[in-house]
Amino acid sequence: MSEYINIFFIILRRDLMLAFRNKAEFVNPLMFFIIVIVLFPLAFGSDSALLKQLTSGIIWVTALLATTLSLETIFRSDFEDGSIEQFTLSRYPLTLLVSAKILAHWITFGLPLIAISLFTGFILSLPNQTIVALCITLALGTPVLSLIGAITVALTIGLRGGMLLSLLILPLTMPVLIFSMLAIQNATIGQPISAEIYFLAGILVLAMTLAPIATAAALRIRLS
Amino acid sequence: MYLPKWLHQFGAPKYFYDLSLCISRWAGIICIICFICGLYGGLVLAPADYQQGDSFRIMYIHVPSAWMSLFVYMVMAIAGGIGLIWRIKLAEIVARSSAPIGASFTFLALVTGSIWGKPMWGTWWVWDARLTSELILLFLYLGYIALQSAFEDRRVAARAGAILALVGIVNIPIIHYSVEWWSTLHQGPTITKLDKPSIHLSMLIPLLFMVFAFKTFYISTLLIRVRSEILEYECNTSWVKQLLGINNGIK
Repeated sequence: MSEYINIFFIILRRDLMLAFRNKAEFVNPLMFFIIVIVLFPLAFGSDSALLKQLTSGIIWVTALLATTLSLETIFRSDFEDGSIEQFTLSRYPLTLLVSAKILAHWITFGLPLIAISLFTGFILSLPNQTIVALCITLALGTPVLSLIGAITVALTIGLRGGMLLSLLILPLTMPVLIFSMLAIQNATIGQPISAEIYFLAGILVLAMTLAPIATAAALRIRLS
Repeated sequence: MYLPKWLHQFGAPKYFYDLSLCISRWAGIICIICFICGLYGGLVLAPADYQQGDSFRIMYIHVPSAWMSLFVYMVMAIAGGIGLIWRIKLAEIVARSSAPIGASFTFLALVTGSIWGKPMWGTWWVWDARLTSELILLFLYLGYIALQSAFEDRRVAARAGAILALVGIVNIPIIHYSVEWWSTLHQGPTITKLDKPSIHLSMLIPLLFMVFAFKTFYISTLLIRVRSEILEYECNTSWVKQLLGINNGIK
């Protein structure tokens, strides 16, 4: 058992190190995230009342799009240099190795994204309870995006065209968006948000248990 | 994993090719009969609704196609799963052939729902829970079809598609409840309440005929697709060449 935990952290550390050595790869989606958020005030004008209503939704939708972009790289280099093949041949379960990679992706993408959203929320002077709800939903939602995204990335890896990836990810992640926005809306008008949070947490647990298995199966199919 | 021998025989493409012609024809005949009965009952015999007038009659297309859209997705995912686990070629073909039919049913449900919504709700489209989940279902179908067409190897495509369909089927209840909470304008279910349906019998019977007609229509068209897919899959085997009268080496 401890051996498994060990290998999990080895893969995690390896991926984090790779991400920090190749900064552009993980900074670019975050830059995209910031730029798209900036686009909206430019498009809708600086009418702050309207923007305040839209901001949390904009942040969430942009997070979805940025996730699709950032996920493209999650297995690509490993697939190209044959590391994934070595993973499948190793005596450790592929599910475990894949989970470590997904966690690494979330740490390098999801965590900074939450921090940036917190910051954006303050800058755009959202009410405090909205910012809290935004951060909670992002904290529960972005791991789900990484997990579900990993399945579809594994399915489409090596195929041409990133559009296919977004076509597959976005419908599957719509429930997360809906529950998050419900929670944020309720928080803004001062209603309790625990029901939506529980639902999001439930989706997260479900995704955590099933998504790595599906991802591993998808990778095996792509390699066969 | 263990499978009984007759099931293997049933799954053999050549055997199924011969059998499916018969099933497909009978399903088609039953479909036409039920369709005529259902349409006559629904459009002529059934009384006009006391609230919705005659416009409720689009229900006889809308409700069966909405049911079929989910049913076909289930078939697609289950057949895909069977293909994934037992590597049965026929199951893969069934899953693959179901996708365009299911997408068409979903599209039909959306279009008829929209046409029904115009006189009832005053707009073509509302962001109602069931409409939205049906729309997401259409996206799932289109994603599946897009994924299928991205691969060159059919076997790999079928297995990749199976995983996507299975992920989708886990997601469908979540999508359903999420949009249910999100907003709802659609009328509540009237038939699933088995103890006492709130739909009148004279309206229900034609609906059941139509549901049966749609089911048999699905079976019939599915088998036609499956048969042509089998021929494509197996185009290099001797029985297909014999069937098509192609001599070895000469097309």
